[in-house]
Parts: sequence; structure tokens; C-alpha cells
Amino acid sequence: MADFNFELVSPERLLLSERVSEVVIPATEGEMTVMANHAPTMTTIKPGIVTVKAADGKVTRYVVFGGFADILPTGCTLLAESAVPVSELDRSAIDKRIEATKAELAEGSHGDEYKTRLEQFLAELTQLNGIVVAA
Amino acid sequence: MPSLKDLKNRIASVKATQKITKAMKMVAAAKLRRAQEAAEAARPYSQRMSAVLSNIAAAVGSDDSAPRLMTGTGKNHTHLLVVCTAERGLCGGFNSQIARFARDHVRKLLAEGKTVKIVCVGKKGFDILRREFASLIIDRVDLREVKKIGFENADLIGKKIIGLFEKGEFDVCTLFYSEFKSVISQVPTALQLIPAAAPAEAVSTEAGATAIYEYEPDAGEILSDLIPRNISVQVFRALLENVAGEMGAKMSAMDNATRNAGEMINKLTLSYNRQRQAQITKELIEIISGAEAL
Repeated sequence: MADFNFELVSPERLLLSERVSEVVIPATEGEMTVMANHAPTMTTIKPGIVTVKAADGKVTRYVVFGGFADILPTGCTLLAESAVPVSELDRSAIDKRIEATKAELAEGSHGDEYKTRLEQFLAELTQLNGIVVAA
Repeated sequence: MPSLKDLKNRIASVKATQKITKAMKMVAAAKLRRAQEAAEAARPYSQRMSAVLSNIAAAVGSDDSAPRLMTGTGKNHTHLLVVCTAERGLCGGFNSQIARFARDHVRKLLAEGKTVKIVCVGKKGFDILRREFASLIIDRVDLREVKKIGFENADLIGKKIIGLFEKGEFDVCTLFYSEFKSVISQVPTALQLIPAAAPAEAVSTEAGATAIYEYEPDAGEILSDLIPRNISVQVFRALLENVAGEMGAKMSAMDNATRNAGEMINKLTLSYNRQRQAQITKELIEIISGAEAL
């Protein structure tokens, strides 16, 4: 199968840069699988799990907290706000984020639009928490 | 003329100081290396971010759908200055350099009749700017407890700036920090955050691909999600540069201090030895002349 170059970047460092055969990205409008020669697409990402299938068939999974992806036929770059391999994930990190979002929501000094976004973010985080706990 | 004992005490105290400055220099060197690594590791993200940003900005164009964070309020009246400095001193002219640069900027804006608001990041800048512009400082961010600057710290500052902007507290936001050129040279820099200076045209090696990009959701929405992120990234980069600069400045300051202490010890030792010799000679003369008198 054709492979392409995948890069996972967080603000702190370049986490991953290798040849992969497919990547599953939790895009805002639903999960999508990116394979080689994908049409150029730009999409935002919700908190979720990125599944990377390397060229040699090895599968790694990363938890990301929002960001966006830049997909080209020749490669895919995922800019995540924060990304951690599932195996190294500290569950309290998610809990902390949920708490922080709840607190921000409770503060209630924001506009409606921002509030809906926060609520959505919270729902996504809770869902993610469920997935990780089950895993 | 200080007595022998005084000299001895002074030599001991200078030596103790030298030991401290030497240790601080070594600590700064180690921290500098780590800070440089962190700054380097963060580079791919900000590079790609700006590439993507200019890409989308070109797609959205300058129509009305562009988010306000990018176009600004259309006014140029109230300026917000975010001044990033270090939390600790003993790093040469590092902090005062940034503060002076920001101060000149504030004076210029005030002279033009603008309203100025200041947010201080770091204790030292706050201390310096407070003397002159205490009434203009609206907030300060304390990073003293932070061992290693993470993206969350920058994100917090970024969110604060955006919050202020949404409340209409300011029209233009400028970030002040020190760019890390090399260990011995840090250049204070001003960077306009809001309205975002139009990103310079990215080197379009993939120019062909830009035209047929598919956006999901549409480009405008991605852009409005991206720009707040970009502000945090810029702040993050500034903070990292600052840490590297601070450590560089501290290293060379401590190196100078160690060398000065060394010189001082040499001088003091010389005068100590002279005085001791003089005393011995004096005592000998007393003994000899006493013996001759018998």
C-alpha cells in the first residue's frame, strides 16, 4: 500500500514524523481516515484519539486536545494543542481539563457563542474520558 | 590602612562570592542549553502554523468575514502592551533592556495622545515599570512558580489578551520580549499581536495546491479558531526566547562577576602579602636595634 509522510506536532515539540499508510483523525465534523493521495484538506480537530498506522503496520494511538490538520496528497501535518501517546496518558490530565472547562463555564462572563463552544468542548472531553477509561 | 586581619576577612568573603557566582554561571549554562532545546523543539509548530495561517488568510481574503482579531477594531486609540521579562534578576542588563524599550514605546504613545494599558509578565519588568506607569498597569502574570514554561502558561496569557480584546478594552496589542540572538546578544523586540500583521506570503512551494484546498468546516471558521491559537503560539515563542535570553545574559553576567572577583582576590592578596612582609621587617628591625643597644 502507498505510504505518505505524517507529522504530529505539538507546541512543545515535534512528536512524530514518519512514513505511514493511514491515519484516523478526529475532525470536528466527524472522524476521517487519511490515506495517501488524499485531496488537499484543512480541518479543525476536536479532543479525541488519533490512530496512526505506520508503513510497517505498527499501530500507535495518541490522545490530542484540539488543533487542526493540514492534509496534502503527499503528506499530512497535524498541529495539536497537546498530544500524548495513549499509553503514557495520565488520566488526571483529562480530569483537570474537564474541571477547568467547567469552572470557566460556571464563571459565565463570556458571550453565548463562546459558551456553546465551551459546552461542546466539555462534551467532547467527557466522551474522550469515557473512551480512555474503557481502553 | 586596613589591618592584616581585615584583609584576610575580605579575601575570604570575596572568595565566597566568587564561588557563588561560579556556581550560578554553571547553572545558567545548563539551563541555557535546555532553554535552547525547548525553543528549537517549538520551532516546527510555529513555522507550520504561520504557513497554514497565511494559506487560509489568502483563501479567505480581506472581505468582511475575516475575524475581528485579525482586522482589529478599526481604531487605533487604546494600546495594550504585554511586557515579558524574567522573574529573577542577576542577569546583567537583560530586564532593564526590555523595560527601557517598552518605556520608550509607552512615552511615544502617550505623547501621541493614546491610551496605554500594560500587562506585565514577569516580576522584574513589573518592578521597573511600576515606578513610572503604576496607574497604567492593569494586570500582571506571575510565572515564578513555573519551573519549565509549557504551552499552558502561554495559552493562559493568550486567553487573557483575547478576553480583554473581546471586552473592547484595547484596539492594538503589542508584545514586548527579548529575541535570543546569541549567548551574548539579546535584542528587545516589539511584536504586534492584534490586529495580526498580515502574514508575509509564505514561500509557496506548494502554490499549486493552495487553490484547491477543501476546508472543513469552512475557511472562515477555521481561521477564527486558528487566530486565537496563533496568539498563544506567539506568546509561547516569546516566553521561550525570553528564557533562553535570560539564561544567556545571566551566564555572561556571572562570568564577568567571577572574573572580577578573581581580580579582586589577586589585588587583595598582594596587599595582604606586602603588609605581612612589612610587619615582619618591622619586627626584625626592632629586635636587631634592641640587640645593638645592649
